[in-house]
Amino acid sequence: MNFPILSSLILLPSIGAFFLFFTKSKKEDNKTVKYVALFTSLVTFFLSIYLWILFDQSTSEFQFIEDRVWIEGLINYKVGIDGISILFIILTTFITPLCIISVNNSIQKRLSEFLIAILIMESFMIGVFCSLDLVVFYLFFEAGLIPMFLIIGIWGGSRRVYSAFKFFLYTLLGSVLMLVAIISIYWISGTTDVVKLYELGIDAKYQNLLWLAFFSSFAVKTPMWPVHTWLPDAHVEAPTAGSVLLAAILLKMAGYGFIRFSLGLFPIASEIFTPFIYTLSVIAIIFTSFIALMQEDMKKLIAYSSVAHMGFVTLGIFTIQQQGIEGSIIQMISHGLVSAALFLCVGVVYDRMHSRLISTYGGLVSIIPKYSVLFMLFTLAALGLPGTSGFVGEFLILMGAFKDNFLVAVIASFGVIIGAAYMLWLYKRVIFGKLINQDLKQMIDLNKSELFILTCLAIPTLLFGFYPEPLISTIEVSISDLIKVYNMNLTGY
Amino acid sequence: MEISIIALPLIASIISGFFGKLIGDRNSEIITSLLVSISAILSALVLYQVIINNYQDNIVIATWISSGALDVNWSMKIDSLSAIMLVVVTSVSSLVHIYSIGYMSHDPHKPRFMAYLSLFTFAMLMLVTSDNFVQLFFGWEGVGLCSYFLIGFWFKKDSANTAAIKAFVVNRVGDFGFALGIFLIFYLFGTVNYSEVFKLIPSIIDKNISFLGIEINAIDSICLLLFIGAMGKSAQILLHTWLPDAMEGPTPVSALIHAATMVTAGVFLVVRCSPIYEYSELALNVITIVGMSTAFFAATVAIVQTDIKKIIAYSTCSQLGYMFFATGVGAYNVAMFHLFTHAFFKALLFLGSGSVIHAFKDEQNINNMGGVWKKLPYTYALMIIGTLALTGFPFLSGFYSKDAIIEFAYLRGNTSGYYAAGIGIITAFLTSIYSWRLMFKTFHGDYNNKDIKIEETHESPLIMLIPLVFLSLGAIFAGYTFKELFIGHGVNNFWQDSIFFLKPLSIEHPPFWFLVLTPILVILSIPIAYYLFVKNKNLPERIASVNKPLYNFLLNKWYFDEFYDATIVKPSKKLGIFLWKFFDIKLIDGFGPDGLSAFIKKCSLKANKFQSGYIYQYAFIMLLGFSALLTFLIVK
Repeated sequence: MNFPILSSLILLPSIGAFFLFFTKSKKEDNKTVKYVALFTSLVTFFLSIYLWILFDQSTSEFQFIEDRVWIEGLINYKVGIDGISILFIILTTFITPLCIISVNNSIQKRLSEFLIAILIMESFMIGVFCSLDLVVFYLFFEAGLIPMFLIIGIWGGSRRVYSAFKFFLYTLLGSVLMLVAIISIYWISGTTDVVKLYELGIDAKYQNLLWLAFFSSFAVKTPMWPVHTWLPDAHVEAPTAGSVLLAAILLKMAGYGFIRFSLGLFPIASEIFTPFIYTLSVIAIIFTSFIALMQEDMKKLIAYSSVAHMGFVTLGIFTIQQQGIEGSIIQMISHGLVSAALFLCVGVVYDRMHSRLISTYGGLVSIIPKYSVLFMLFTLAALGLPGTSGFVGEFLILMGAFKDNFLVAVIASFGVIIGAAYMLWLYKRVIFGKLINQDLKQMIDLNKSELFILTCLAIPTLLFGFYPEPLISTIEVSISDLIKVYNMNLTGY
Repeated sequence: MEISIIALPLIASIISGFFGKLIGDRNSEIITSLLVSISAILSALVLYQVIINNYQDNIVIATWISSGALDVNWSMKIDSLSAIMLVVVTSVSSLVHIYSIGYMSHDPHKPRFMAYLSLFTFAMLMLVTSDNFVQLFFGWEGVGLCSYFLIGFWFKKDSANTAAIKAFVVNRVGDFGFALGIFLIFYLFGTVNYSEVFKLIPSIIDKNISFLGIEINAIDSICLLLFIGAMGKSAQILLHTWLPDAMEGPTPVSALIHAATMVTAGVFLVVRCSPIYEYSELALNVITIVGMSTAFFAATVAIVQTDIKKIIAYSTCSQLGYMFFATGVGAYNVAMFHLFTHAFFKALLFLGSGSVIHAFKDEQNINNMGGVWKKLPYTYALMIIGTLALTGFPFLSGFYSKDAIIEFAYLRGNTSGYYAAGIGIITAFLTSIYSWRLMFKTFHGDYNNKDIKIEETHESPLIMLIPLVFLSLGAIFAGYTFKELFIGHGVNNFWQDSIFFLKPLSIEHPPFWFLVLTPILVILSIPIAYYLFVKNKNLPERIASVNKPLYNFLLNKWYFDEFYDATIVKPSKKLGIFLWKFFDIKLIDGFGPDGLSAFIKKCSLKANKFQSGYIYQYAFIMLLGFSALLTFLIVK
């Protein structure tokens, strides 16, 4: 067997976390702790880039498969990747080191525990994106919530306990149903191996219920309307790094799950429920865009905009069109970069002024110009300006949707108008205008590490806006085969 | 060489935008102006090649998006149409760059301003040279973005920021239609490349698509959707409200973006898509109606406005209306001709008004001006040229293009054509009146400014006047020189296949009385305006006070802003609050997590009561249960 590169990716961050656990966390040790965490995450990142280089784009077969017996005859530890998963792995390993750099004085207590939580979560997330066994997937999927729960509950703001529980309550509800569904799949098919299940297929009469069970879990985590209300609260209370991880990576698990499991395992049910998903998606796009328009808290506004953007994602996935699904994946990657950057932008001013209220600010451009430029760039990416990654995703999704259903595409396109309104209005109120609040005059512009992080996010945002080819060619074959198999399954019954 | 036309402004923008502090204000100004000027010279060479050798090319620079059947390239298409646009954009842009060096000399953010101007030029060139609809859309939104930046350039002014957002969002409404048009094209043809789409158009003439149960002709829908985009960008009635507000930006911006180039993108789109529009009688009629309504509406509003830039803005709006109804009656080449000449004289007027504003130290109200023509002789003379050209005074450039539009509308021979011709003539008269009103109130009569003395007003520096001279040459000669090329008899020799005519344009001539009607009205309007606004100034006021409701209606721009505010802006905000406070918090949270946890809490409180700790209670319950069980077993 070759070098187990995927398992190494999963384990590496945990090993780093393990070391951190034994590092004495004295005050003066903070730097060492941070360096250890950063080093671990960087090694993971470079390993994942190496993985991308090794990755064969010309096939939709799973690659780098590792298959070990875990519980004899019951569960195998099986991991492997295809074009759909690899980009999410890279997104995860890319965002995590940036998160670690962004951790600064705002986390004053238990820094090493905080970093441990981040690293453990990275492990779990990578696990989610490469597991090829339903049980293994489930474990990673659910375990990933625990560090997030702790991050919000321990390092969060004043209403952290309420938010953490709301987050937990929602996600638990969905998860339980998914577990039940996985057990039933085992009873029905005798295996939980995803590759085998793809070949065997699942009997049409079970698909609807199973689909709904998976849906309930994914819908909460996407989050889709109407089970989205945990997200704004969770974001508002979470520390900046937590928000970034939540928006950039955690939300992507569900989108990934829809593509991998809902479409892959239950094509017939997916076809039946497509109108249902469309409805929820366009409601999410329109409703939350209007809500975002009226927010007074910057983080809440961006959180609501995330819901709208994820509405595009779910819409694109269920178009079952090449453009739609590719658009969804690009939209997820793009949203991972852009929402991360926007939350970091809010973090920057929050660290200085300790307020997230839009009304606190105004006229920042003359005080902190570098910040204003980068914030503008991400604002534009969020509203989907051509030349940013946000456009490519949205445009492909809508194009795919239009092929499938005119009305849905028309309504969803309408959301793009409101998107421009709320993002530009936010920017205007924070950055432009007269400087009224005199306290703002003491604000300092981005320091080196902030500038570095935001630039790191800005480069791919622009690069993939002008040249999304690296992304598209990675996922292309996997998606076209997925669609082929999907359509074959439909006509087969 | 061709690619450097597009690349140079981008490079200029990057240098000035990122390294402006490093290289200093003066160097950024020089570099941006120089690079854009080189780009202008190269464009002129390209146009020369196109005219002489029928040069055509389609350069593919790189892949942009390729997903399934969708294949979009970064490209550069050169044909007669794009060559004309290249020249218009780069020449006006380079003159505006140079003018800005003088106009913005007191501004602390010069490199940023120059960077925006160059970036705009780049985006506009991407728009006009695209060979597919998606790159066109890129340029389309790109120019919108630069327009947003430049309108809000003075970021401390709240009104400027609001106007900037308004411009962007209203344009987004147009883009919504445009994007849907592109989706529909891709849905029908599986490609977004112009030449492939245009080839396939005749094959779907009878195809219908069904939307919400309504059957619509596919070509009609494409045309109308694309036209919504054009309406937004070119400020046509209903989507025009952003343009007057956009005058919050610095004046060079108004000249470049909101007169000569960006706002004409809509006209360019329709002309570029002539192979589609020719098959849609419905869409052409709609365009004619929208165009002539805009032309008329904007002219009526311009008559009563007092802000010098707003008057010219409404005038632009009105002239764009002319271009649209020219395309609507199928005279695409004439629309392009008017676009071409309009770019010169309207940029001239805007830059001239900038010179006036400069002289009055940022005063824009024409009621606070007057009597300064001797103090500003060059500006005055140049603006006279611009005004004559705009109003269509014989033998200046506007005369050739505007009168040609009215003639072709007449020659179309159908109802909408006659209406358009009629409205065109009335509007030409109105145009003349409001233009001369502007001139007389600004330069003649008594000096009315209380803030600065007449001695303090001063002529602009040479660097601002030289671009004006160049533009005035265009305003005088562009019409006569290029008449044959654009709308002459051998018209197809020049346009080749960049413009498509299903039926060849009529080559007849309208009756003589019709030909001389407009010029006569235009010439007559000068003494009328002089009488009204210089000699007998009470008369207009008397007319206004007698017709108060009409006057207010015009002064308030037909109440479009108020209408939109009441029907769209305010309800949107209310809807946002409602969805948030009621839907999310009351309904979803109330019945969801909060309701659930409250419910569980209540249940557990109840359950608590059972665990009282008294043995006799437990015993009693056990007894009850035991007897119930026993009863059940016995009965069974």
